[in-house]
Amino acid sequence: MKLNLKIWRQKDAKSKGQMITYPLNGVDGDMSFLEMLDILNEDLVNKGEEPVEFDHDCREGICGTCSLQINGEPHGPDRLVTTCQLHMRKFNDGDTIIIEPFRAKAFPVIKDLVVDRSSFDRIQQAGGFISVNTSGNTVDANAIPIEKHVADKAMDAATCIGCGACVAACKNASAMLFTSAKVSQFALLPQGQVEAADRVQHMVRQMDLEGFGNCTNTGACEVECPKGISLENIARMNREYLSANIKG
Amino acid sequence: MAILDSKVPSGPLADKWTKHKNDIDLVNPANKRNIDIIVVGTGLAGGSAAATLAELGYNVKTFCYQDSPRRAHSIAAQGGINAAKNYQGDGDSNYRLFYDTVKGGDYRSREANVYRLAEVSGNIIDQCVAQGVPFAREYGGLLDNRSFGGVLVSRTFYAKGQTGQQLLLGAYAAMNRQINRGKILPFNRHEMLDLVLVEGKARGIIARNMVTGEIERHSAHAVVLATGGYGNVFFLSTNAMGSNVMASWRAHRRGAFFANPCYTQIHPTCIPVSGDHQSKLTLMSESLRNDGRIWVPKRLEDAQAIREGSLKPTQLKEEDRDYYLERRYPAFGNLVPRDVASRAAKERCDAGFGVNKTGEAVYLDFAAAIMRYGTEKALTSGMKDADKNTIRQLGEEVIEEKYGNLFQMYEKIVDENPYKTPMKIYPAVHYTMGGLWVDYNLQTTIPGCYCAGEANFSDHGANRLGASALMQGLADGYFVLPYTIGDYLSDDIRTGPISTDLPEFEAVEKDVRERIEKLMSGSGTYTVDHYHKKLGKIMWNKCGMSRNAKELQEAIDEISALRADFWENVKIPGSSDSKNQELEKAGRVADFLELGELFAKDALNRNESCGGHFREEYQTPEGEALRDDKNFKYVSAWEYKGEPKDAVLHKEALTYENIELKTRSYK
Repeated sequence: MKLNLKIWRQKDAKSKGQMITYPLNGVDGDMSFLEMLDILNEDLVNKGEEPVEFDHDCREGICGTCSLQINGEPHGPDRLVTTCQLHMRKFNDGDTIIIEPFRAKAFPVIKDLVVDRSSFDRIQQAGGFISVNTSGNTVDANAIPIEKHVADKAMDAATCIGCGACVAACKNASAMLFTSAKVSQFALLPQGQVEAADRVQHMVRQMDLEGFGNCTNTGACEVECPKGISLENIARMNREYLSANIKG
Repeated sequence: MAILDSKVPSGPLADKWTKHKNDIDLVNPANKRNIDIIVVGTGLAGGSAAATLAELGYNVKTFCYQDSPRRAHSIAAQGGINAAKNYQGDGDSNYRLFYDTVKGGDYRSREANVYRLAEVSGNIIDQCVAQGVPFAREYGGLLDNRSFGGVLVSRTFYAKGQTGQQLLLGAYAAMNRQINRGKILPFNRHEMLDLVLVEGKARGIIARNMVTGEIERHSAHAVVLATGGYGNVFFLSTNAMGSNVMASWRAHRRGAFFANPCYTQIHPTCIPVSGDHQSKLTLMSESLRNDGRIWVPKRLEDAQAIREGSLKPTQLKEEDRDYYLERRYPAFGNLVPRDVASRAAKERCDAGFGVNKTGEAVYLDFAAAIMRYGTEKALTSGMKDADKNTIRQLGEEVIEEKYGNLFQMYEKIVDENPYKTPMKIYPAVHYTMGGLWVDYNLQTTIPGCYCAGEANFSDHGANRLGASALMQGLADGYFVLPYTIGDYLSDDIRTGPISTDLPEFEAVEKDVRERIEKLMSGSGTYTVDHYHKKLGKIMWNKCGMSRNAKELQEAIDEISALRADFWENVKIPGSSDSKNQELEKAGRVADFLELGELFAKDALNRNESCGGHFREEYQTPEGEALRDDKNFKYVSAWEYKGEPKDAVLHKEALTYENIELKTRSYK
């Protein structure tokens, strides 16, 4: 198929960016979206032009590196996939596709479609861990039974890949879904409860410091999340936060 | 060869590690604060090592090319992690895990290392649970296990099909705790370009800030490389796009011996190649072989009809299918080790029984498992005479719970519903058992340069068993390296900070800058990917699942010529002093072009078949691998001497005192 790509080009963090149009031929439905961009880049390099920079790595939907806003949606029109798992069969011959970086104050553009998501790391550093030493001198793994449905719920929350689609989807650029997924994972497990109050307070404080917006419950994050992280997590985080503050 | 001292402690196998820990020198906590350690790579091995070293009190700097440590490719490991917990009461033990690993590796790994791995395996699970890793559980609340290839017990712990992700996020969380304390300084989007030696000891690295293009000097008292495997030398592999050999190869060029480069794991269950545009291959976890049955049609005409689309696999009767693994290996069936399963698939496809357009695919079928689970679920749900459709639906739900994310991934890529029609799979490059040679302490042949995880060669011999990579990465990082490195660093308590103004840093930085300049000044005829794809084709065709002397020699010549062409004609647009993905790729491919040749040379030297290394000249009449223990019971460790063709072979003889050398049989 033939496509018309409108892509955000920006030299570096300080430069002004703009949309540039690239026609592209010879795209086939079995290609992933990123393989389609590979072809464009191969063409550009052959012409001596600078290729379009975009973040990507595992290309199997788990590392969370890829991050494109495609036709206004993070990771494009398909549901429950990252951009690398989006296939061109979801598009039609002759389509115009608009490709932008994830937009958020806390995700500044580095170059072209590459954004800086280190704000996510800093939220995790503020409290997204359980303070046990890595010495191995812990209790036996089976010493504390955990109900299966609780463990499964923790797993569902832990499945977040930290891609930032939730932020890019949100009109407030809120990171509540991301932050609440980690808060929930640990709040649900007995191992995480010891530090639960501190954790939620520290992580929420960091989230605010980074310049992420507030949650107004539109639910766009849940719709666009490639891993199906549930809004329930936000509710749980709010409860955790409230009770942590009441306890002082 | 005296030059390779494995430093394996004396004494009975089961006591070696404890004895060693008691014997080695320690660094007191106050002195640890004065010692810096660089960890390159933040996957399971690097991340866990960095966290533990920082927790012990050392000052740690971590480096990764990704934008966050959480994205290292360990994250993509699906199936699980082994541990000899014997929670299932099926007779597992440290010895059995040790035995299975040595046997699975076709008797080409070091006994003492493997035993230590088995010994600490149980601790890993305890540790991860304490960190909040949400492993799968049974209804009673205890941890669940599943079975993996090459073993007869259930010792694999898992978190859906995302075990690597959960373990990595555990290590990342442990790192975050130390970053928060200021004990780890993370350098993300940084790539190590060279290793700096001062008076023969590893004392730092030269790294490139991938955002600004700046070349930076970083010093430390020791350098840990945990930079993963080199499967991307094949261009198409299940590795991440950025996975590369640069850190290891740079260290190799500075004096670290490279061991067994030809030992590559071709994983049997990957999604087949669909076309020329393909950028990478996707793994379907080995855990699927617990429940999936692998088959091709019995008759060539049926295979042809399927390829042409006139026959559907579901229409083929049971008796017209060849469940070739169950037929050839009745004891292990679909759960034979990976190398055996891969070769068997290739054998069937080469014989004309392949089931996709390219003829390079076999079926992995869940229909039987769906009905089996469905029946059980119906009974436990109180449905005494459920109809077939209800049973199928219930069965699909069970399968979804176990492998849901894998099935979804398959459907997105292939556009077929694997609940309804069997998956198509074919072997693909997945893991490299070879890597930098290390002694029992995980130290390379460069003092102060350590190597952990997939990047080293130590534990898997010629073939790795499923769910053992995660185990090894975390064992090295959490439990081995943090102790053994102290023995070396105990001599450094009076050294004080290492200055980056030393002439050694200056010299290496100059080398690095010259190399970048040379890359940027190619004639500009072909793209980096052009060379990478060509290299990949040579590797896959001549150094892939089966190898022979003639083609290996051809590969050596072709790679050498391709490398010369690359340096002459590669095309890299943009500049080196800003973000430049083409330059990043070029540096990596340049090293693959050297490693590829050494790989072929190593495969040519090894005149036997063992594990993942299958030489056509050395096989039994039934087509099984034929080892030559008399002449090749050694680790090949190559010393860099300029061009790969000049590399000098050193041999570490392998001794088996606790295990009887046998021909591997899974029949």
